[in-house]
Amino acid sequence: MRSRFSTIAIHAVLLGYTALALFPIILVVMNSMKMKRAIFLSPLTPPGPASFDLIGYHRVFSDGAIGTYYMNSIIVTLGTIFFTLLFGAMAGFALSEYKFRFNKLLGLYLSIGIMVPIRLGSVAIISLVSGMNMINTLSALICVYVAQNLPLAVFILSEFVHQIPKDLREAARCDGLSEYNIFFHIILPLLRPAMATVAVFTMIPVWNDLWFPLLLAPSGGKQTITLGVQQFLGQYVTDWNAVLAALSTAIIPVLIFYVLFSRQLIRGLTSGAVK
Amino acid sequence: MAQVSITSLQKSYGSVDVLKDINLEVEDGSFVVLVGPSGCGKSTLLRSIAGLEAVNGGAISIGGKRVNDLAPAKREIAMVFQSYALYPHMDVEKNMGFGLRFAGTPKQEVAARVAEAARILQLEALLKRRPRELSGGQRQRVAIGRAIVRKPQVFLFDEPLSNLDAALRVNTRVEIAKLHKLLGATIIYVTHDQVEAMTLADKIVVMNQGRIEQAGKPLDLYYRPANTFVANFIGSPAMNMVEIEVTGKNKARTLAGGELGVPLPARAKAGDRLTLGARPEHLTLGAPGKGLTGQLDLVERLGEVGYAHLDMAGGGRFIVEVRGDVKAKRGDKVGVVPDPAKLHLFDANGKACAS
Ligand SMILES: Nc1ncnc2c1ncn2[C@@H]1O[C@H](COP(=O)(O)OP(=O)(O)OP(=O)(O)O)[C@@H](O)[C@H]1O
Ligand SMILES: [Mg+2]
Repeated sequence: MRSRFSTIAIHAVLLGYTALALFPIILVVMNSMKMKRAIFLSPLTPPGPASFDLIGYHRVFSDGAIGTYYMNSIIVTLGTIFFTLLFGAMAGFALSEYKFRFNKLLGLYLSIGIMVPIRLGSVAIISLVSGMNMINTLSALICVYVAQNLPLAVFILSEFVHQIPKDLREAARCDGLSEYNIFFHIILPLLRPAMATVAVFTMIPVWNDLWFPLLLAPSGGKQTITLGVQQFLGQYVTDWNAVLAALSTAIIPVLIFYVLFSRQLIRGLTSGAVK
Repeated sequence: MAQVSITSLQKSYGSVDVLKDINLEVEDGSFVVLVGPSGCGKSTLLRSIAGLEAVNGGAISIGGKRVNDLAPAKREIAMVFQSYALYPHMDVEKNMGFGLRFAGTPKQEVAARVAEAARILQLEALLKRRPRELSGGQRQRVAIGRAIVRKPQVFLFDEPLSNLDAALRVNTRVEIAKLHKLLGATIIYVTHDQVEAMTLADKIVVMNQGRIEQAGKPLDLYYRPANTFVANFIGSPAMNMVEIEVTGKNKARTLAGGELGVPLPARAKAGDRLTLGARPEHLTLGAPGKGLTGQLDLVERLGEVGYAHLDMAGGGRFIVEVRGDVKAKRGDKVGVVPDPAKLHLFDANGKACAS
């Protein structure tokens, strides 16, 4: 048995870390509900009756464009997750199921992307995207993000496909399923926990990214929310209430996605397939 | 149902030959059991018949139709895996009907066939459960049910009972035998278990290192093994073997010097070396000096019968079946007297001598 002391110590460390991680978020949410003066005079106090004010939220929601920006972010994130998971699982299945000549080499090639940051290729990406007349489109963003996230997804998912017993696929083959049906009806359902993991990994950096929206979709109503918030940051005046309110509301969709995916994270789905 | 015939089948993984020139006839409606030591290629043969492995040479035909290039589903076979391989995300009913649904069978017919299989296997109460909520024996039955609903020409079983405990194994074995009668199906069955092989099979196929050593009725294999390998493999405890030298007509001696009177084949000449085999139940213990000589090591009592383990003069160990009390004690010299009518003789290549 673990001693009482070490239990307390572990919890203390974990609580400390949680506080540290949550502090900036709490600060943003707290201050988003205060008057401008209060934000600057006492940034660390929670909103009280004297300082409480939702003016930031009013300004955000009365700005017609902000809603579009939210939508853009959601479309880009969900689109990225969808294609990353689909192609990642397909590639993972192919790499671990079929033995062909350059199997290992192809696997290695696909995972190089984990080590090379895609931003190094920004200039090439811009010229590619503009050459294809895709500047200021959400599809351009989705394509780039899928490319960015695919290597890790393939890497993780092919490991998981490997763990699915070979007998299952062969039973399905005896049952007369085509390879596509094996993938969609046997492999995909069993990969759900793994795909949820990959979805969470993929989602957060995409949602928060500022770099590619700035380069590839900076205007034309195709801004994502992280970029859209910039309109409240002026060269001379910054509407801090609106900035903080917009950031606070931007947390909510990610939180919802996270809860949805983490439900799927419950393992043990494959148990019972084989003894 | 259909007959399966395999001619000159070859299969290799890279440079390793796993199946070498397999020839096998499985009659319509018969129950054929494949046995052999681990790694001899039983599963590979079964998977080749199923179409899960591509073969390098030879032909497989099912019901008179060559199936070498057909996909597993087109061969009208159903395979029951050792691991059961039930789809974990589907309930029992879906598991059983899955293949049919994909074959485009009408819904009502799928439901009817699943219900029928569930009735035969007593799975009706479990239809809505997921595989993980079933016991090992129930999973096994679902796996068999999944095979039944497809009404295949041939059933292939790969060690289906090896994950069950002893009692359940006996039950399920009986169930499978009944099922075979009921469906009149052609079954090819791989097992490690001698009892399963002897009780279920119409025909046992003994494999070794990718070859078929002998195929025949269970008792034929037991009483007339074609070579030392089969003699050793079939029967438990294994057959006792000792090398002898022919000294005259129907006379021989062991290398340790014991004289024996054995019925020898006519063409045996003095000086020939043969291998003599005798099953434990065809040997009796006697006074020292009679027959072969050995030293008693221990006696295992299993109730009415027991097995005496002996260290033989000239090396090797014998196991002799004993009934009732054994007077000799550990370390005592005893004689081992074979029943001359029940002996097996093998030539220098290990082939049985025609007697
Ligand atoms: N995918 C593979 N690649 C290379 N060699 C293989 C492969 N599968 C099986 N083998 C080899 O083929 C031989 C036969 O294997 P197989 O599985 O048919 O044996 P088995 O008789 O079923 O044994 P067991 O009784 O242990 O199940 C073994 O020596 C094994 O090492
Ligand atoms: Mg095997």
